Amino acid sequence: MFDYSKYLRNEKLPHIWCPGCGHGIVMKSLIRAIDKTGWNKDDIVVVSGIGCASRLPGYVDFNTLHTAHGRALAFATGIKLSKPNMHVIVVSGDGDGLAIGGNHFIHACRRNIDITLVLFNNGIYGMTGGQYSPTTAEGDKTATSPFGNIEPHFDVVDIATGAGATFVARGTSYHVPQLDTYIHKGLMHKGFSVIDVTEACFTTHGRKNKKKYGSNLDMLKYQKDNAITIEKAANMTEEELKGKIVTGIFCEKQKEEYTDRYQKIIDSFTGGAK
Amino acid sequence: MTNSKYEFIQGNIACAKGAAYAGCNFFGGYPITPSTEIAEFMAEYLPQNGGKFIQMEDEIASIGSIIGASLTGAKAMTSTSGPGFSLMQELIGYACIAEVPVVIVNVMRGGPSTGLPTSPAQSDLLQAKWGTHGDHPTIALIPNSVEEMFTETVRAFNLAEYFRTPVIILGDEIIGHMRERIRIPEPGELEIINRTIPNNDGVCPLPYASDKHRAACLPNFGKSRFHVTGLNHDDSGFPTMDPETVANENERIISKVYKQRNLIDKFETVQCEDAKVLLLAVGSAARAAEEAVIALREKGVKAGLFRPVTLWPFPKEEFSKYALNADFIVVPEMNLGQLKNVAERFTKRTKIIPVNLVNGEPLGPESILSAISHLNI
Repeated sequence: MFDYSKYLRNEKLPHIWCPGCGHGIVMKSLIRAIDKTGWNKDDIVVVSGIGCASRLPGYVDFNTLHTAHGRALAFATGIKLSKPNMHVIVVSGDGDGLAIGGNHFIHACRRNIDITLVLFNNGIYGMTGGQYSPTTAEGDKTATSPFGNIEPHFDVVDIATGAGATFVARGTSYHVPQLDTYIHKGLMHKGFSVIDVTEACFTTHGRKNKKKYGSNLDMLKYQKDNAITIEKAANMTEEELKGKIVTGIFCEKQKEEYTDRYQKIIDSFTGGAK
Repeated sequence: MTNSKYEFIQGNIACAKGAAYAGCNFFGGYPITPSTEIAEFMAEYLPQNGGKFIQMEDEIASIGSIIGASLTGAKAMTSTSGPGFSLMQELIGYACIAEVPVVIVNVMRGGPSTGLPTSPAQSDLLQAKWGTHGDHPTIALIPNSVEEMFTETVRAFNLAEYFRTPVIILGDEIIGHMRERIRIPEPGELEIINRTIPNNDGVCPLPYASDKHRAACLPNFGKSRFHVTGLNHDDSGFPTMDPETVANENERIISKVYKQRNLIDKFETVQCEDAKVLLLAVGSAARAAEEAVIALREKGVKAGLFRPVTLWPFPKEEFSKYALNADFIVVPEMNLGQLKNVAERFTKRTKIIPVNLVNGEPLGPESILSAISHLNI
């Protein structure tokens, strides 16, 4: 039995997340992945923005930083560049990371700075009561799309890959062993890593779309029934792929990392490590 | 002093050199006129001296990056101008409540909005004080020469580190781009203050525990594990909604600055002792004001200049003392009355004469003299 207690600030529990929310599942997956790295807790920084997922840093026993809405990657970039030997992990929701924080997201990808971003992607602004986000499915009713969402949604994998991230994977809060692997690979990857985690929020999102999603348990089952691997998806038509969650590692390539490149400039003047 | 080094440099370069002198080793910024020379200097200087420079994607990211770097122990700075300063406001408040030392240089230009990017103005005196939401402490320094761009930048770092709060330097396009000959202080000549950090490694249970009216004493990330948030928090650094704790925190981050004003106050007086016409001016406008004082004295008018070098907190007692003896207070400024608003608060019955210029041109002594020529003095 895995002992989570050594990574948790146990006195801060129970957490704020609702029944049916995937955030607790993903937090445990993140903890297992961190455990597997063997890293010292003092060398790990977990940074977040604002939102339900962004409360995670309060529960874990590392250097933890709860920043302002959308800005986690900006703070994290400063930390990583200032202290490249620290392992910097950013947890963010879809509203936090892709709407208000969207600019920082694409530029962190472009720089290929060695930060691991775990995107808790439940397609809704949960903390403020269920407004549509950049990843809310079209047609869904939310507090601010009472007649159905008319905005197309972002595909996190496409954006991250296109913007230059060098490790990009998608998992779900149902397929936990797979998620452990993706997060661990992301942590070990030298460069900017994005793990897009498909999740669900029944409390503020499912509740308004019961015909489509059913109960909170059904929302988790939806991930089970609709997730397909990238390999399977390769042989499917666009029509067949509608409503499916394609999981897997979409991008994994070696490219010189930002802080390493910066260090080379420093070394060229100071005659440091050759 | 022997072997003193003199340089003929721009105000913005003096600011950057002052930062280097103070030990700045992290700069995150975004290009904006008329401040960009500071970033350009740091981009070249820092990597050659083991420091880090990064050009971020916008000004919000810039201040985010320096707060992050500062939490690891770096002495961190950004520079910007009006529109960029507006974008930074939310995170200035973050640095206030999370008690993270950072230095923000705002080389002021005309506004509002894009305004006059290449022209001088003193448009952000009040934004520096009230720009971010919520009650918060403000320390803002306002140099009026190239030499002060150097020395006040050193002081800004000292105050930021001591008080663990953001410190703002208000330059303006004139001071930033003007060239003057200055003496570069020898290493060790100016005092350098570094933040106090606890020496216990491992878990830090109460990073925000502090004496009344004093700054918190946070470890640097990587030495101890603790939590930092922009939510109101208790001594442990974790969010709280306990009314007493919240009130104490909100009051302490302000009182730590205002109860130690003696460490922050700085002003210059020019013939204020017997002044019946008291000029109140800051930054480049104060240079014109000093010229005006000389001209008035030559005409036999008892004129004087009160120049805050620390604009916020405003040196109210000292100003009030001279204001009380004056018949007129003249406030020349390159905006429509921001400093005049302040003067009104600390002046009883003395008549205040504003001298305002917002056309993008420098405010000269003749504008001041003509504005008061009708007075019976």
